[in-house]
Amino acid sequence: MTPLLQVRGLTKRYGARIGCADVSFDLWPGEVMGIVGESGSGKSTLLNCLAGHLAPDAGRVIFDTRADGSRDTVTMPEPERRMLGRTDWAFVHQNPRDGLRMGVSAGGNVGERLMAVGARNYGGIRATALDWLGRVEIAADRVDDRPSSFSGGMQQRLQIARNLVTGPRLVFMDEPTGGLDVSVQARLLDLLRGLVRRMGLSAIIVTHDLAVVRLLADRLMVMKSGLVVESGLTDQVLDDPQHAYTQLLVSSVLQV
Amino acid sequence: MNDYNFAYLDEQTKRMIRRALLKAVAIPGYQVPFASREMPMPYGWGTGGVQVTAACLTPEDVLKVIDQGADDTTNAVSIRKFFQRTAGVATTEHTGEATLIQTRHRIPETTLHEGQILVYQVPIPEPLRFLEPRETETRKMHALEDYGLMHVKLYEDIARHGVIATAYAYPVKVEGRYVMDPSPIPKFDNPKLSDSAALQLFGAGREQRIYALPPYTTVVSLDFEDYPFEPTKADHACALCGSAESYLDEVIMDDAGGRMFVCSDTDYCATRRAEQDKSSAKI
Amino acid sequence: MYVAVKGGERAIENAHAFLAEDRRGDPAVPELSVAQIREQMALAVNRVMAEGSLYDPDLAALAIKQARGDLIEAIFLIRAYRTTLPRFGSSKPLDTGAMACHRRISATFKDAPGGQVLGPTFDYTHRLLDFKLMAEGEAPVAPVAEPRREPTPHITEFLNKDGMIEEEAQSDAMPPDLTREPLELPADRALRLQSITRGDEGFILGMAYSTQRGYARNHAFVAELRIGTCSVEMEIPELGFAVEIGEVTLTECETVNQFKGSKTEPAQFTRGYGLVFGQTERKAIAMALVDRALRWKELGEDNSGAPAQDEEFVLYHADNIQATGFLEHIKLPHYVDFQSELELVRKLRAGVPEALREAAE
Repeated sequence: MTPLLQVRGLTKRYGARIGCADVSFDLWPGEVMGIVGESGSGKSTLLNCLAGHLAPDAGRVIFDTRADGSRDTVTMPEPERRMLGRTDWAFVHQNPRDGLRMGVSAGGNVGERLMAVGARNYGGIRATALDWLGRVEIAADRVDDRPSSFSGGMQQRLQIARNLVTGPRLVFMDEPTGGLDVSVQARLLDLLRGLVRRMGLSAIIVTHDLAVVRLLADRLMVMKSGLVVESGLTDQVLDDPQHAYTQLLVSSVLQV
Repeated sequence: MNDYNFAYLDEQTKRMIRRALLKAVAIPGYQVPFASREMPMPYGWGTGGVQVTAACLTPEDVLKVIDQGADDTTNAVSIRKFFQRTAGVATTEHTGEATLIQTRHRIPETTLHEGQILVYQVPIPEPLRFLEPRETETRKMHALEDYGLMHVKLYEDIARHGVIATAYAYPVKVEGRYVMDPSPIPKFDNPKLSDSAALQLFGAGREQRIYALPPYTTVVSLDFEDYPFEPTKADHACALCGSAESYLDEVIMDDAGGRMFVCSDTDYCATRRAEQDKSSAKI
Repeated sequence: MYVAVKGGERAIENAHAFLAEDRRGDPAVPELSVAQIREQMALAVNRVMAEGSLYDPDLAALAIKQARGDLIEAIFLIRAYRTTLPRFGSSKPLDTGAMACHRRISATFKDAPGGQVLGPTFDYTHRLLDFKLMAEGEAPVAPVAEPRREPTPHITEFLNKDGMIEEEAQSDAMPPDLTREPLELPADRALRLQSITRGDEGFILGMAYSTQRGYARNHAFVAELRIGTCSVEMEIPELGFAVEIGEVTLTECETVNQFKGSKTEPAQFTRGYGLVFGQTERKAIAMALVDRALRWKELGEDNSGAPAQDEEFVLYHADNIQATGFLEHIKLPHYVDFQSELELVRKLRAGVPEALREAAE
């Protein structure tokens, strides 16, 4: 079996400052990887480099494409990378406003990716949109409403539906539960876990919240100052942290 | 006006415009930037079309100018006069006799033939403009063929109104590649864009863009399979010539709101009526 | 019976005759000469030259007369005329340091070589209507001072000597030409300045004012404002050297703006620049503020989302000839487009009761 994603020596600098340095890992099909660290640790920079939103200074991000097998997405031409971005990849932003079109109805938001890859049957697009609204627990009668009239949790669920509708194989998530209150977070996490397991998705989740990775991630990378300081199976890392920084992270959570 | 060069523009400027036109013909539907000049008519009043016409005209040409389908609307008269004075070319109102037709908002009803050039005046050349106001962003969207948003707009129309609520400047896809704004012609005219024997040139002066459809280019109006494109018109026949095929203007007749429908293409209507007079005279 | 509208041609001719008569006004009142406009409406003439991008006071005055005092219309006449002029070449860069100044002030130093020269300014007048001007009268003769022989140095050069202000990058590269090439973004500073100097005074003023009120505030001081004449020189290939071909009056404004600095770079003042044809003080100062606001990227500042920082917004909307043409074109016939909308709205309205019926079933 080939890994879905092979990352080698990924480095991004901002002038003299390190964004992330020399990150390497493999992600296997169906696997969920968590990246944890405090703000400024480089985890968001890493995620944006992986997803093609930022150009890294060095390193390779090799993705196992459906059509052409292994391709380095860093050197891939922009049109191909954008195509990946609307087919095999999905990106869930922390702030749903960054990932949704606020002036477009919920149905239109979910339908956009379908239309971008060639769907041209209104009835079919609408039926798929309705199905997905159901899966993320948004009532069907909200299909023609704009997300600006939705609660924060609903907006986030809509963003997830909009991303997953084309059946991507790899989902990038940037603090997907950040900015939501605790009860809404729990419901969203539950929903995400169900979707990821049912669809056999691979995912990379950036978060500072260890509860999120505990629930969703199979494996974990801990970042500090742009470097990966520890990685391993989630339970193993959280229950028996080796690096002093990880120990600090875990203990600070447990104290709460 | 004899102090001005033939067709107003100097030869260097015409060459520059012709280079842009050649590029536009080579890449159908692609908007070519060009250094639009200040013309003696206001931006938004056909300066793009006038510059394209000036760059294409030869002394042998026979020019027809229409606005809203009509030869005698004020702006058509003004532009025709401009070229009569600056180029001294012959003019006509007959679609069939013209070698170059400059138009605003209509395609003539009479089928165009090979060798004719149809020049459109374009106010906003960017079909994505009202979805994305930034030129830097829309150019990228065209380059990457990132047109999902265009269909989202059509989807939203149907979700809200039950139909695609675009009546004019209805977006088209050219040869399966570029999404193009056909200028504000009524969507009734869209089918005439495709597979036309004439060369179709589009000039946007203020926005500094030229684009083109070479003869026999395939042009498809965007739609959904289950909500197909419909070229609609008023459900009447022309009150003057009786045509049921032509695009109609609605004219208010009296204070009580009485109205009648007449051909927007004045040459088409007049020609039909002249033929009817002839045949009735024979009888 | 309805007859299709004809006679557009005659209607246009009659409208033109009406316009010509109205332009002249009451024939009992003496006609304005172009020379009178040039001499007595000089600031209007200056604005027309600046935004028309053509330095010719007589033609600008003629345009104002023909346009009945509508300055945007006059600018339009000048721009259209400009299109027909052949271009023989370009001048050598002007040396504003050698300007013969008739006004030169600094808001940053109380005194400096060259001094503060107030010149012909409204600044300290009380804005009271002078009813004496309603009667014809002779203007008093102003006292004359000995003109300064030596060049007047730029104030910013004094700051530059100590490294207190950013160095202005020197370049011999041919700048892009807005009137010959289509505007494409991102624009470099030379292109932005070209666009702003011919941009609408009101628009540039509004943009500049918005920066002062906090939309991308850049804390400008007028280091120097100078108005005067500069000679224009051109290389003549046949001669092999540059000759003076004329003189233009210019207004130049240099602002000193908020310093920037970081851990690696020492703090320094930054610059905004305005240069406009004729005595056009308000425009030149506004230009410098907008120039400075648009430089946020090269100076490593934050984009606060202010309109004056948005190059595409400013450059695409500054030109009053483009703006007025497009604005006013909506009064042209739109019968066809409106007809198609009319059909659509009728269709949508016809559909509604049907849909409601379906929903009720």
